Amino acid sequence: MIYALCILLFLLGLYGALVKKNLIKIIISLAMMNHAVNLFFILLAYRKNGIAPIISSQENASMLASTSVDPLPQALVLTSVVIGLGVTALMVALAIRLYHSYGTFDITKIRKLRG
Amino acid sequence: MINFSLLPFFVALPLFSALILNLIEKKPGYAYIVALGTTFLLSVLALLSPIATGTYYVGGYGSFAGITMMMDPFSRIILIMVQVLVFLASWYSIGYMKHYTRKSRYFAFVLLMLAGMNGMILTQDFFNLYVFIEIATLASYVLVAYGGRSYELEASFKYLVLGSISSLFILMGIALLYSQTAALNMVIVAQRLDISHPITWLIIVLFAAGFGLKSALFPFHSWLPDAHSSAPAPISAILSGVLIKSVGIYVILRFFFNIIGPEYAPLVLISWLGAISSLVGVILAMGQHDIKRLLACHSVSQVGYIFIGIGLGSIWGLMGAILHMINHSAFKSLLFLNAGSIEHATGERDFFNMGGLKKRMPWTNITSFIGFSAIGGIPPLNGFWSKLILIYACIHANQLLLALIIATVAIMTLTLFPKIQKYVFLGELPDKYHHVKEVPWSMIAPMLVLSAFCIGLGSIFVVPAWREAILIPAINVLLNGSWFEAISYVP
Repeated sequence: MIYALCILLFLLGLYGALVKKNLIKIIISLAMMNHAVNLFFILLAYRKNGIAPIISSQENASMLASTSVDPLPQALVLTSVVIGLGVTALMVALAIRLYHSYGTFDITKIRKLRG
Repeated sequence: MINFSLLPFFVALPLFSALILNLIEKKPGYAYIVALGTTFLLSVLALLSPIATGTYYVGGYGSFAGITMMMDPFSRIILIMVQVLVFLASWYSIGYMKHYTRKSRYFAFVLLMLAGMNGMILTQDFFNLYVFIEIATLASYVLVAYGGRSYELEASFKYLVLGSISSLFILMGIALLYSQTAALNMVIVAQRLDISHPITWLIIVLFAAGFGLKSALFPFHSWLPDAHSSAPAPISAILSGVLIKSVGIYVILRFFFNIIGPEYAPLVLISWLGAISSLVGVILAMGQHDIKRLLACHSVSQVGYIFIGIGLGSIWGLMGAILHMINHSAFKSLLFLNAGSIEHATGERDFFNMGGLKKRMPWTNITSFIGFSAIGGIPPLNGFWSKLILIYACIHANQLLLALIIATVAIMTLTLFPKIQKYVFLGELPDKYHHVKEVPWSMIAPMLVLSAFCIGLGSIFVVPAWREAILIPAINVLLNGSWFEAISYVP
């Protein structure tokens, strides 16, 4: 169920990125897609009543693996969030420059390139 | 002999040089030395590397827990192609970027893009692949917008939106792969992946859409003509020559042939999408009168050729695809550099407004004649051989319609390029171009090297010893699964 909601968020973002006319709305849609993927990735590692994946003196590695959440997707999503930040910052910077040269955020009016 | 412990240098050295370039921003003279030195050193390293399979374990953690980098005969071809082309493009940039400001920042982005491409060619870890793809493509978005004029910003934004959508498809695919196999190393994923599971088909669809968008396959080709024609000419050469191949086609080949296996991959679909995109690309190119835009549209059709070869999935098809990848990177970047020279000298990109430049720019005239002959498939040059192999592969696989499409597109290409040659170099010289001079030698020399490639690269196929040494091992990697035998070290 929760996975389906993630996919729904992803598809909503995709719809917004492809259909919306405003640059800022496109950027928000793409950020939404990015968050949907991150959320999906982190949910894959979730375990009900799981413990933090920190090894202590009483337990060995196999015990930890059967009770803790998977730490790898968390590390990966951290990287992916930073990449998403970079992409969003670049998009916002481009949107500002586009606004300076065209005077609008409307993508249908920003068309000097044909086809 | 150079051994495989040098593999991380292909990523680390350009990253380090990019940092240095940002520190010496006030002195562009040193920037040229650093950028050219780095790319030249990497080209030499790649050319001297042995034709064998070898791995490097980053941090010494083994292939289960750590990241592994691997070079085999197939990735070696792509690696050499990338290093040599980025070196030539940076050499050309010295003359071309004269009118731009912040040269050292420009070279820093070129080296970041190089680091990203090298990393994704060598890495064996899926998430690492995603990170390197993002490094390479983020640098390319910035470089497309580098001139800062309004149409460049527009092209960059369009490219950025579609590029990040495709990256997110890829990341979703990687998340699903991890959920299916609990591993990210490509070899372990290939061993554990259950082909019959429905999620695997979703992964295949997500990867095909993501990397198809990155390599401008037919339904996703609309961004390419804008992005590749708006960038500065050396960047167009890198984007069309190697970026779409390393980011898109290389990973598709790896994923379909080494990870899920050619018998399960949707190869028929790929070959027909390739056929459609080769037709669409050449028809789009016929309507253009801006040289760079025409070349960019034509890249769509050449990518289509490569995908036809991949889709056949036979030895001949793959040989044609790999050879056409190498050849296309030589002649298309040569032509983009030529277009850049013409634009640099005249300030004009519409070829209907030009004429008579033959006397004024003799070297550009010769190199562009060689480039146009190569792309049109005139027999001794390299383009002829790869198109011949592709047509033969189609007939061999009993796909006569595909062979007909390849031949039709080749004939349409052949009609396209004498037109440019005629309008730009022959005829009367307009009065406004009497001051036009040939571009400096730093721009002519890379074009001459690339023309030599256009003349000589056919020999990789024609000379039997070279074919056995270079092309056949690369095809074996893809078809026979010899990739897995090299990896036995799983702690």
